[in-house]
Amino acid sequence: MTATDPNAFSQSSSAEQHFSSDLSGRYRLDNIFRIASWVATVTALVVLAFLLIDVLIDGIPRLDWQFITSFPSRSAERAGILAPLVGTIWLLFVTALFAFPIGVGAGIFLEEFAGDNLFARILEVNIGNLAAVPSIIYGLLGLAVFVRVFLPITGGRTVFSAGLTLALLILPVIIVATREALRAVPSSLRQAGMALGATRWQTVREHVLPQAFPGILTGTILALSRAIGETAPLIVIGAQTFVPFVPSFRGTGFSALPIQIFNWVGRPQAEFHVNAAAGIIVLMIVLVAMNATAIYLRNRFQAEKM
Amino acid sequence: MQTNPSTAVGAGTTFHVAQANYYYGSFLAVSNVNLDIPERKITAFIGPSGCGKSTVLRCFNRLNDLIPGAHVEGTIQYRGVDLYDKSVDATELRRRIGMVFQKPNPFPKSIYENIAFGARINGYKGDMDELVERSLRKAALWEEVKDKLKESGLSISGGQQQRLCIARAIAIEPEVLLMDEPCSALDPISTLRVEDLMHELKEQFTIVIVTHNMQQASRVSDMTAFYNAQATEKGGKQGYLVEYAPTQTIFNNPAQQATQDYVSGRFG
Ligand SMILES: Nc1ncnc2c1ncn2[C@@H]1O[C@H](COP(=O)(O)OP(=O)(O)OP(=O)(O)O)[C@@H](O)[C@H]1O
Ligand SMILES: [Mg+2]
Repeated sequence: MTATDPNAFSQSSSAEQHFSSDLSGRYRLDNIFRIASWVATVTALVVLAFLLIDVLIDGIPRLDWQFITSFPSRSAERAGILAPLVGTIWLLFVTALFAFPIGVGAGIFLEEFAGDNLFARILEVNIGNLAAVPSIIYGLLGLAVFVRVFLPITGGRTVFSAGLTLALLILPVIIVATREALRAVPSSLRQAGMALGATRWQTVREHVLPQAFPGILTGTILALSRAIGETAPLIVIGAQTFVPFVPSFRGTGFSALPIQIFNWVGRPQAEFHVNAAAGIIVLMIVLVAMNATAIYLRNRFQAEKM
Repeated sequence: MQTNPSTAVGAGTTFHVAQANYYYGSFLAVSNVNLDIPERKITAFIGPSGCGKSTVLRCFNRLNDLIPGAHVEGTIQYRGVDLYDKSVDATELRRRIGMVFQKPNPFPKSIYENIAFGARINGYKGDMDELVERSLRKAALWEEVKDKLKESGLSISGGQQQRLCIARAIAIEPEVLLMDEPCSALDPISTLRVEDLMHELKEQFTIVIVTHNMQQASRVSDMTAFYNAQATEKGGKQGYLVEYAPTQTIFNNPAQQATQDYVSGRFG
């Protein structure tokens, strides 16, 4: 910042009496807040960078094709991450497949159709509460409902059950994100559509939803990122740490990256800790790929919506 | 919509409003409105801010249904049929009664799509390109945008956007056009264009326009309704219709002193 002279303009006398502009004081406050927010940013980044570098130093040497394509083994050198990696990708698809349409649909209903009645308000409060329920509870719910009750459909302790459970877990987040995104679309657009004799759904589909879509997508991806990092519900559902085959959608026996990492970290041998570090890198790559996809999709929709 | 002979009013009346009270929740926003809006004429609503002009206007196409708690008591008829009758479908009604808003609100889509949307959803069977051109020509916008129909409706100036909104409204061939301060964001030249347009359109449509511009009201309208607001005991403001008469009368020889004061600028 270059030094400015607050007295560069000749002062009008009457304004002088009613306002004390105290520019230098306000600029000082400006600077204090800029520095404070800078410190906050740097603190967060330094901690993250430290973790990242630590993991990379440990894990990079271990990360090779053999590691990616091997099944678990009792010897750390021959153990690989194929089964949990495929399991996580499966989970990602199943979770997104169910959570996205249901969450967005519910969000649209609540925001655009339900109106402001008691029913809608009760739903709203409860959805907020659901978002705060610990994930292990969702695991227990999944165990009772998807693994036991829906056994003939889901096949029991399978990727399908686990995906459905994770979908439940992130549903409230997607619903809330959808509603926020829809609320940000000005109501003048809805009025414009309906004044032309469009029905509510025609207006929402053609004009409101395209505007809200980038926001909905961002919320969904954040929720999905959270889902694939989850461990507790998967343990309850019955994810395993020794799966010597590629898991299938409805086959019993599946694993996931966080489960495998958790297992390796818990072993006494240091070689397995190296495997865990490499596993974390793989998980991060999956996350980055997901976020990149989200950003790509968002930019495409943004370009379309003008 | 079928006409109901027992309640039918004199021919040539588009809207018949009798003893209508307009509420937002329990708040009585406008009380005791009595109006007969003639067909194929321009009716102007004037009055100070907050007296309920937009409220009365938005009930003609039941757009106030979108506001939770908004409701009307009394009679509002469109061509002899009660607007709030169960047999009246609000969506169909809004196709027949077009609206132009105070702030231009084109869809964030191409100029072409802005006009095609209404036609498409209402099942237009003719040539869409031809309809888009015809509507834009009527709204005096065609020459300015004919080379950029594929560009966003938001990429043109505010005045052009407002004419796009008018083109969009007339593309679906409504029977009535409601305009809520359509020129408040326009420069004088665009304003005159819109006024010329209104004169052409009244051959086909009934037009109701809200305006804060006295000259505009006296230039374009055949009938004028003057609304005012009075303080209530609760401290709120309640709108009411002061006087409704031919524009000539309102501006030259009004029955009420308040009207005289308002139109001559000696108000408040
Ligand atoms: N959505 C709403 N909810 C509750 N009250 C409203 C709503 N819209 C308008 N009102 C109230 O109704 C009254 C009339 O408002 P209205 O918008 O009809 O006035 P207006 O005459 O169009 O004013 P202006 O000239 O400023 O546009 C005002 O007291 C206003 O506070
Ligand atoms: Mg208004």
